[in-house]
Amino acid sequence: MADVTLLSVRKLVKRFGGLLATDHVDLDVRASETHALIGPNGAGKTTFIAQIQGELSPDEGEIIFGGRNIARDAAWRRAVQGLARSFQITSIFPQFTALTNAVLAVQAQAGHSFRFGRPALDDAALTEPAHAALSAIGLDHRAHVRAVALSHGEQRQLELAMALAMRPKLLLLDEPMAGMGRQDTARMTEILRKLKTQYSMLLVEHDMSAVEALADRVSVLVAGRVVASGSFAHIRADAQVRAAYLGEKHR
Amino acid sequence: MRQPSPRFLLTCALLLLLALAPLSATFVGNDYPLIVLTRVVILAMAAVSLDLILGYGGMVSLGHAAFLGIGAYAVGIMTAQDVTSGFLQWPLAILAAAVAALVIGALSLRTRGVYFILVTLAFAQMVYFLSVGLDAYGGEDGLVIPTRSQFGLLNLTNRTTFYFLCLALLVATIALVAHLARTRFGMVLRGAAMNERRMRALGFPVYRYRLAAFVIAGALCGLAGILLANHSEFVSPSVMNWGRSADLIIMVVLGGMGSAVGPLLGAMVFMLAEETLSHVTTYWQLVFGPLILIFVRFARSGLVGLFPERAGDG
Repeated sequence: MADVTLLSVRKLVKRFGGLLATDHVDLDVRASETHALIGPNGAGKTTFIAQIQGELSPDEGEIIFGGRNIARDAAWRRAVQGLARSFQITSIFPQFTALTNAVLAVQAQAGHSFRFGRPALDDAALTEPAHAALSAIGLDHRAHVRAVALSHGEQRQLELAMALAMRPKLLLLDEPMAGMGRQDTARMTEILRKLKTQYSMLLVEHDMSAVEALADRVSVLVAGRVVASGSFAHIRADAQVRAAYLGEKHR
Repeated sequence: MRQPSPRFLLTCALLLLLALAPLSATFVGNDYPLIVLTRVVILAMAAVSLDLILGYGGMVSLGHAAFLGIGAYAVGIMTAQDVTSGFLQWPLAILAAAVAALVIGALSLRTRGVYFILVTLAFAQMVYFLSVGLDAYGGEDGLVIPTRSQFGLLNLTNRTTFYFLCLALLVATIALVAHLARTRFGMVLRGAAMNERRMRALGFPVYRYRLAAFVIAGALCGLAGILLANHSEFVSPSVMNWGRSADLIIMVVLGGMGSAVGPLLGAMVFMLAEETLSHVTTYWQLVFGPLILIFVRFARSGLVGLFPERAGDG
């Protein structure tokens, strides 16, 4: 069932005043596919991700997920339905430990939180999946360290672990390697390569070697428009893409 | 067996001090220390309730004293109507405070930051002027409460009995708030204070949890108001003067936000300063104000920050 479309974006439009940040974008993510979204700075990649996740609401267009148009749903509802976003600029709970960060992600998917009985951190139904999510990205040995005290690379991993702990149907990864050194980038690529067998992903990424290693399909966003879509090899060969974006890096 | 944390020892020491304090009345030979202490305990309770939303929830409400006033007025008005049974008075007064908190919270929690502070202040002022307009119940002059709440054999007119009742309810409030902070509900509240955007992305509808916390805090503060009315045997609009709301914030910040026991310490220090400094000069707040500023600048975790908890989020 590899051809089942999980997410289907149709004619999405977002305007900021006179600027057309998202210009009638069509984009699909199939089940168990990793779809990479690339493009130069300011192309509107994060704006696009934010509209799918629900932080921004689109001016026009449809976002079909789970057979329904969710374009008007609140962000938290979309998260409960299985959309998990990891942020380009790390967004974690700095004063909580890594474990508690992951516990909150598990808790969000475990029904309502009007529960006044047992302390959350004494609840194995929350802590076990949280540990599992940290283990999946190799951060469990740092579970009891406050997030603020983690290194940048570890915080990026935690960001991803929280998305995993939500047990999502689709991962929206906004530059998971942002700000990482070469070594951390290679390690994160390796982690994502393992995860890609179990998850469907929409991946925004600048690092072309990572995109080549991970993406089943690539779409190129330039000035809010999708200018090309296809396999990595196809995209690399596309003259328009080379002119707009890849030109300097892939001569 | 683990060694108790400094925070735990501090809590025990404070409560022991308050439990033994009535003995001082025997030495002094009059009830004055007991009267002051009862007031400290009651206002500490209001501060602890504020800590749930301010310290844990990050909601800076400048209208919390309104719930003190609503609880107190509910007792005063019912007594004036010859409803003196505490079994009836207290639940109804708490309900009144909770309903008011539901309405005020539902509207003000739609705003953020400075706007939230101002909207809560505005609502509190509305409640304040409503009480000024209650001509049938004393208006601006206030209302004398001739009899304290009747609880059968429990005689609230006995000052020592009443003091220990207040102290027991304070301990229960601190325990409740400290417990709530660790439950799933409390984690949502604290997470939303730390990173609201992330909470939404994780799938939490934060508004309803904040509103629930606002109602719980309002109800607990209403209970403090009930005690205050019984203690003073009098209620007037000045109970919920906006300066009182500010005092409560100072107690929480001074003692330590998000610590449950901090506001108790804050209330004790605040009222000790009020008692001593106001004897020296009527402008005691001129001295106290800068002290607060120094505190906010250099000791963000308040006085309880000097007594560390063990590491962890619990």
